Parts: sequence; structure tokens; C-alpha cells
Amino acid sequence: MLAHWPLLSLVIWTPILGGFVVLGAGEKASGARRLALIFAVATFVFSVPLYTGFDTHTASMQFVELQPWISSLNINYYLGVDGLSMPLILLTTFTTVLVVIAAWEVIREHTGQYLAAFLIMEGLMNGVFSALDSILFYIFFEAMLIPMFIVIGVWGGPRRVYATLKFFLYTFLGSVLMLIALIYMYTQSGSFSVLDFQHLHLGMTAQILIFLAFMGAFAVKIPMWPVHTWLPDAHVEAPTGGSVILAAVMLKIGGYGFLRFALPITPDASQALSGLLIFMSLVAVVYIGFVALVQQDMKKLIAYSSIAHMGFVTLGFFVIYAIVAHAGDPHGGALALEGSMVQMISHGFISGAMFLCVGVLYDRMHSREISDYGGVVNRMPVFAGFFVLFAMANAGLPGTSGFVGEFMVILASFHASFWLALIAALTLIIGAAYTLWLVKRVIYGPVTNKRVAALTDVSRRETLILGLLAAAVLVLGVWPAPLLDVMHVSVQHLLQQALTSKL
Amino acid sequence: MTTLPSANDFLLIAPELFLLGMICAVLVIDVFLSDVQRNVTYWLAQFTLAATAALVLIVDPGVRVVAFAGTFVSDPLAVLLKLFVLGVTIAVFVYSRPYMRERDLFRGEYFVLGLAGVLGMLVLISAHSLLTIYLGLELMSLSLYAMVAFQRDSRRASESAMKYFVLGALASGLLLYGMSILYGLTGSLDITAISAALVQSSHPSLAVGLAVVFVVAGLAFKLGAVPFHMWVPDVYEGSPTSVTLYLGTVTKIAAFAMVMRLLVEALPSTHMQWSGMLELLVILSLAVGNIVAIAQHSIKRMLAYSTISHVGFVFMGIFAGTDNGYAAAMFYVLTYALMSAGAFGMVTLLSRKGFEAENLEDFKGLNERSPWLAFIMLLLMFSMAGVPPTVGFYAKLVVLQAVVQVNQPWLALYAVIMSVIGAFYYLRAIKYVYFDKAEDETPLRPGLDVGVVMSANGLAMLALGVLPGALMAYCAAAVAGLQ
Repeated sequence: MLAHWPLLSLVIWTPILGGFVVLGAGEKASGARRLALIFAVATFVFSVPLYTGFDTHTASMQFVELQPWISSLNINYYLGVDGLSMPLILLTTFTTVLVVIAAWEVIREHTGQYLAAFLIMEGLMNGVFSALDSILFYIFFEAMLIPMFIVIGVWGGPRRVYATLKFFLYTFLGSVLMLIALIYMYTQSGSFSVLDFQHLHLGMTAQILIFLAFMGAFAVKIPMWPVHTWLPDAHVEAPTGGSVILAAVMLKIGGYGFLRFALPITPDASQALSGLLIFMSLVAVVYIGFVALVQQDMKKLIAYSSIAHMGFVTLGFFVIYAIVAHAGDPHGGALALEGSMVQMISHGFISGAMFLCVGVLYDRMHSREISDYGGVVNRMPVFAGFFVLFAMANAGLPGTSGFVGEFMVILASFHASFWLALIAALTLIIGAAYTLWLVKRVIYGPVTNKRVAALTDVSRRETLILGLLAAAVLVLGVWPAPLLDVMHVSVQHLLQQALTSKL
Repeated sequence: MTTLPSANDFLLIAPELFLLGMICAVLVIDVFLSDVQRNVTYWLAQFTLAATAALVLIVDPGVRVVAFAGTFVSDPLAVLLKLFVLGVTIAVFVYSRPYMRERDLFRGEYFVLGLAGVLGMLVLISAHSLLTIYLGLELMSLSLYAMVAFQRDSRRASESAMKYFVLGALASGLLLYGMSILYGLTGSLDITAISAALVQSSHPSLAVGLAVVFVVAGLAFKLGAVPFHMWVPDVYEGSPTSVTLYLGTVTKIAAFAMVMRLLVEALPSTHMQWSGMLELLVILSLAVGNIVAIAQHSIKRMLAYSTISHVGFVFMGIFAGTDNGYAAAMFYVLTYALMSAGAFGMVTLLSRKGFEAENLEDFKGLNERSPWLAFIMLLLMFSMAGVPPTVGFYAKLVVLQAVVQVNQPWLALYAVIMSVIGAFYYLRAIKYVYFDKAEDETPLRPGLDVGVVMSANGLAMLALGVLPGALMAYCAAAVAGLQ
């Protein structure tokens, strides 16, 4: 029965409506929390049938909704998902529930506004993943910045104004470049539909310029080296919930943008520039990994680790061209793309969990400095267990979700070049180094100071959030098939589009 | 040419005649009112505006009709622009009332002059002859000069009125000179006749070019495009905020109508000549407007520079020289009028007795004082920055689309990069509203009328942002109805 509902509209508009209801409900915190939780859970419930009702045998768009919207510009309210976007929607709805619970006792100022911002952001992010009209996509893509801007700016740390302005302007600059590219393609095709763009024939110069515009938008968002500098600032200053959403979902939007726009619309430019993109990804994996190693601030460390992990994602996207050039057949390409997708979902869980862990510590100690901690395990054994599990997953331990994606991408890279794979595999060492060293300094050892000695272990609420994430990390690590199955056909289709020349 | 005007002609100008009659009536009635009864003048003025708007709708012929021997035109463009002028003026009067009452400025002259200015704008919007254009323009401008000087004891206001008057007169002179050359070349004041005469290329191109230069310079002056923008920040800052509100919103709509009548209707055959000039205006206005605004601490000066950059966008649409471009510019100017009405309205709202909200810092902690007004301010600022889902985004989108369509993607790229720079100072305003603690914690409670109009104004940014289709289609139809 649910299959006939406009499910995508529901997952977009339920939280947005909920956000305004929470805003309207006033300043009373307890009511705002309950309302927000109801709307977040409802949205998650609406998103589940997207998975259960998903047809894994077709690469075409499903749950399509198409309504004319602005007829003079041929802009339509056009929604639909395939195997690439549907898992990301579930990730968004799941993460938002956790963020709402995580804010329960922590956010005391303007609680309603805080929760409303996250609900509205959830709807907008779901919109990004399901929009098939590029202007609709752009609107969600940009509108999403507004609540995040407010979240970092109002509930953030001491340098929040600098961080949030940098975050906004960086991403805004990237995306306006994309807007020009979209308008250009509209003048060529007479439509703003992404699917029409994918069939549009474009010359090489146009493709290169369009690709660079896409790169402006998505490389900043993911973020890739060297346009990553906004991320550590934003993460450090953002409140815990902001960091979680930023790392778990917003970064994925950049990756998703490459899959939905850059690869299928400008395949030849993607191929021509794949060397550059692979280089940038490897720099992110290796160099940013080393940068993470020397961080003194826990959140900054995880932020840099996010950039390094996202380097894996972009490596997987663009290594397909190297595979075809080297091996001549696209067999390994599907592995690379699927690995990147798994990496995105898994990083959503792991980075979210890591930021929540830091949040748990920060709420008690009001410090993110690694040197302020030490011996936490003596006072918070349950928490230490979770923290170690997520850290291991972050380092790519087999049996956790962090391993699956990285392993697939490295394996695929071998089809392209041994050296490429070797450099990529360095992440297993560097990643293990910075994560385990973090664990050693924060969790283990003797209790270093009185404030650590006064710590209390995780509450029931915190255990619930971290437990859910731990389960997700382990299930995906041991049994990734449910995720791989839904994306398999879509990945094949994308691979074919990305490797078919438009010239 | 000697045909007498028919009854039908008079029917077409019924809104203008009614407005004229009411101005005289308000002027006389106001004399007999004591200061405590001043609200009567206010409500009469509001009634006049509403009734005139109703009349515009009633006598709307639905098609293009030229009346009074080719001096007056009623077309869909005129109807829409007039309705916006009247509607925005109603909002402006609502915002102004508490501000003026607290400053002993609540006098009948403001409303009489305001209505006279509106009459000038209506005439200007419907002008179909160089003379009517000039008539409307001067009626509007003279009312404005007097309004700027309204706070006669304030040296700053007097200075800016003087500056405005001198520069405005200069601009009128430039425009008039351009018009006289056009008249000399074509022998006609009628816009259609001029347009037809210029199509035949028997005129010396230098003379035509000279006429175009003066006309464009005059128009750029009135709209405030760089390099003719010097008066804008000073006048905006020096005038009482209630007058800045009027000056910064409705007059832009009227000035846009003048641009349409002169460049698009009278001089389409010289598009080659004026498009180059407009391009220069666009490039300079976007750069100066957006970059200089960053250095401003006065909210009024910041909004003045922001106006300059928005005017750059309006000119960019006209620069494209296609119906699409004109419709885009029209959409832009209409939504801009709404945005800036809200933004200046917010400034009047924050000013209290004995306290002038002048600096951006005065917006500090608005979210603590009134979350709802803070939210409205958020919508207005993001709309000005052109961030979806507010209407400011579509305004930019349609203009950019028109420019890319005529193969100028680099100009579009330049424009968006400038908007990113511009976004900085709108964000800074939001920073004060949301991120900073209030120095003055008194909750802000605007009167019911102001609150309602302000909410409607702010929510219109969102509503038009979600459903811009109807207004866009109307703009396109209005432009298509010009030929």
C-alpha cells in the first residue's frame, strides 16, 4: 500500500513541516524535543519503504514524482531515486534521529530552533538526493547551507563566526559555478532535467568547462585537497550535532554530485581529467593522513581523517578510467564504484559515531584537547568500548564497515596499477596510526588529572545512540550484501554512462 | 494629431485622475486637522492608494491601448508595474508611521508628497511620448527632493537633499538633452514614431549614438548605476529612514519602466549601441556595489551599495536585449522592490524614540528580542544574497539565464562571483541578528499593522521563492505585450 504514496515527497516535506511546527511551538525545550523526535522518527519510518519496496533489477529511477513547477523555464518538481541515492536517503533519516536524541540534554539555549534547523536540513538533504531536476537539486543544495550556517554560528565554539562564514562562502562560491553550467546546459537542451543532461551531446571544451564547474561545487563539498580547509574549521566550531550531520551526510552530497552529474554528463572530460582527480585523491589519502597525525584537537583529527576517507571515495570514482586504460575492460570499475559507495555509507556511520563520542567527552569536560584526557577507560569502561570499536572501524579493521569499502577500492586499483594501489593502501597504515594513537592517548593509560577522575560513564540515552551506530557498523562490515544488492544495477548503468564517449 | 481625446481615453487615466483628486483633497483636509488627528491623513492616503490600485485593475483593458494622441499607453507591463508601485507604497506608509510619529515627523506633507510622487510614477510608467516621460519623471523627482529635505532641522538631511537635487537636476538635463537630439533626428516625440523612424538608417549614426549616450547616462543616474551612483549612499544615509524606504523601493520600479519605454520601446534599433554601454554599467555596478558594501558599517549605506549591485543585475537583464532578458529584469526589479521594502522597513522598526538604528551593530541579538522578526530578517537577507529557496535566487537565475542565452556565459560567471562577494555582507547582517548577544534586551513588539505587513513581506520572499511561476509568466506576458 505504501508503494503508492508519494514517499519521496514525504521524506522531504515531513521534516521541513516538522521544523516549522517545532519553531512555532515556542521556547519550551521539553515539548520541542518530543515534537522533533516524533517528526524525525516519522521521516525515518517513511524512508524505510524506499528500501523494502525498491526494485533491484532496474537502473531506471523509482518512486518517480513529476509535476510541472515553473513552466516558463521548464522547471519541474521531478523526484526519483536509484540505487545510488536511496541508501543515502536512509543514511540521512537515520542520522537525523540520532542527532535529535543526542541533543536531548545537551542543547539548552534555543532548543527549539536548534532542532528545527536539523529537521529542515534533513528534508533539504533528502531533497538533494532525490531531485532529478537540476534546479530543484540546486535549490535543495543551496538551501541546506542556511540551517547549517545558523547551527554553527549560534551553537558553535569560540571561533564560530569565522568558521561558519568560511563554510558558507566556500560552498556558495563552488555552487554558483555549477549554476552557470546548469544554465548553459539548459540553453543547449531546453530542459533542466538531469536525465536530459545525461543524454546531451557536448563538445570537449564545453565538457571540460562544465566538469570544472561541477568540480567547483562538489570537490569543495566532499571536500578534496586543496579546497578542504573549510572543513576542519567548521567541524571544530560546530556543535556535536552539526559535526555529525556535516560529516555523515553533507560530505556525501559532494560524492553523490560527482556520481549524478559529473561522470554521466561529462564522461569525456572526466576521463581527460581523471589523472588530476586521482592525484588529488591520493594527496588527500596520504598527506591529509599525516596532517591528521599531528592534530592536538580531537575534532580536528577526525575532520582530517574524514578528508582522507573521502579521498578514497573520489579515488574510486575516477580510478575507473585508469582501469579501463590499463586493463582494457571495465570489470574492475564496478568494484571501484561500489567500493566508493560503501565507503560513503560506512563513513557516514563511523564519522558520525566518532563525533558523537567526542561530544560525549566534551559535554563532561568541555575540552577537545587530546592532552586534557588520558585514562578515560578507568572511569568510563562502556564508553571506552564503543570508542575503541569506532576507532578500529575508522582505521579499517576487517569485520567493520570501514574495511569493506576501502578494501574494494584498493582491490579495484590493482586493476589499474600496482603503485596506485600501493599508495592507496598506505591509508591502512596511516589511518591506523592516527586513530590508534588517539585511542592510546585519550582512552588508555593511567588517569591523568582530576577532571578525568570525575568522569561518569555514558547515560542510557548515549548508550542507545552509540549502540545503534555500533550495530550498523558491524552489520555492514560483516554482511554488506543488502547494501551492495540495491546499488549493483545502478552502478553498472552509471559505469556504462561514464565510459561511453559523447564526442 | 488634432484628434480630440475620447471618453475612452479619460477612462484609461481614471486611476491617475482619481489619485490627483485625492491628493488635492488630502492636502486640504490635512490643513484642518490637529496633530492628534493626523491618523486621518494617514488612513486617507492608504485608502487612496488602495482605491487607485482597484481602479487600475478595473480599467485594465487587458491589451495594449494607446490614448491621448499617442502620449499615454496602457498595457500589461504598465498594469503590473503600477500595482506593484501602489502595493509597495502602502507597505512603505505602514512602516513609516511609527517611525515618523516618534520623531515629530508625522505630518501630512509626507503623505501628500508621497502620493504626488506615486502619481508621477504612474504617469511615467504609462508614458508613450518623450514629454510624458519627462512630465512623470519630474513630478516624481520633485516630490522626492522635498521628501528628502523633510526633516528640515537636520543638517544631514538638508545636505543630502541639496546633493540629490543638484545631481538629479543634472541627470534630468542629460536625459532631456538626449531626448532633444532624438526629437531633432526623428521629428517626433511619440515613442512608436521614434522607433519606426530610427529603423531607417538614414540618420547619421554619430548623432544617434550621442542621443543614446545621453539617454543612457540619464537613466543610469536615476537608477543609480556606477559610475553615476555617487548620490545613492549619501542620500540614502542622510534622509529620514521613512524616506529612504520610499526612495529605495518604489522609485526603482518607475525608473525601470522609464528604461523599458526609452531603450526597449523607443530605441530598439540602436541595441548595438546601448548594449555596450549597459555592459560597462553592469560590470562596474556589480563590482563597486558588492565590494564597497563590505566596508560599510551604516546599515543604510550598506543597503545603498547593495541597491547599486542589484541595479547592475537589472541592467544585465536589459543588456541581454531579448524578451527573456526584459522579462527577467522586470521580475528582478519587482522582487527587489519587495526585498528592499522589507529590509528598510526592518531598519525603521529597530529605530525607537531617540534612537536611530543606523549601524549594523544595532541588529545585534535580534533573535533574542524577537525570534519571528529575526526569521523575517533572515529571509530578506538570504533573498538579497540570492540564496534559494527565497525569491532572490530566481531573480538572479532568470537574469543569468537570459545572459547565458545570448552567449555571454563569462558575464554571468562574473556576476555570480560578485554575488558571492556580496553574500558576505548579507551574512554579516545575519551574524549580528543570530550569533551576537543583544546589548539591549528589551523585547521588540511592533504594532499590529507593522507586524502583519512585515510578516507578509518576509513570507512573500519565501512564497514567491517556492512558487515563482505565476509572476514570471506575467512578466513574460507583459514584455511580449510591448510589441
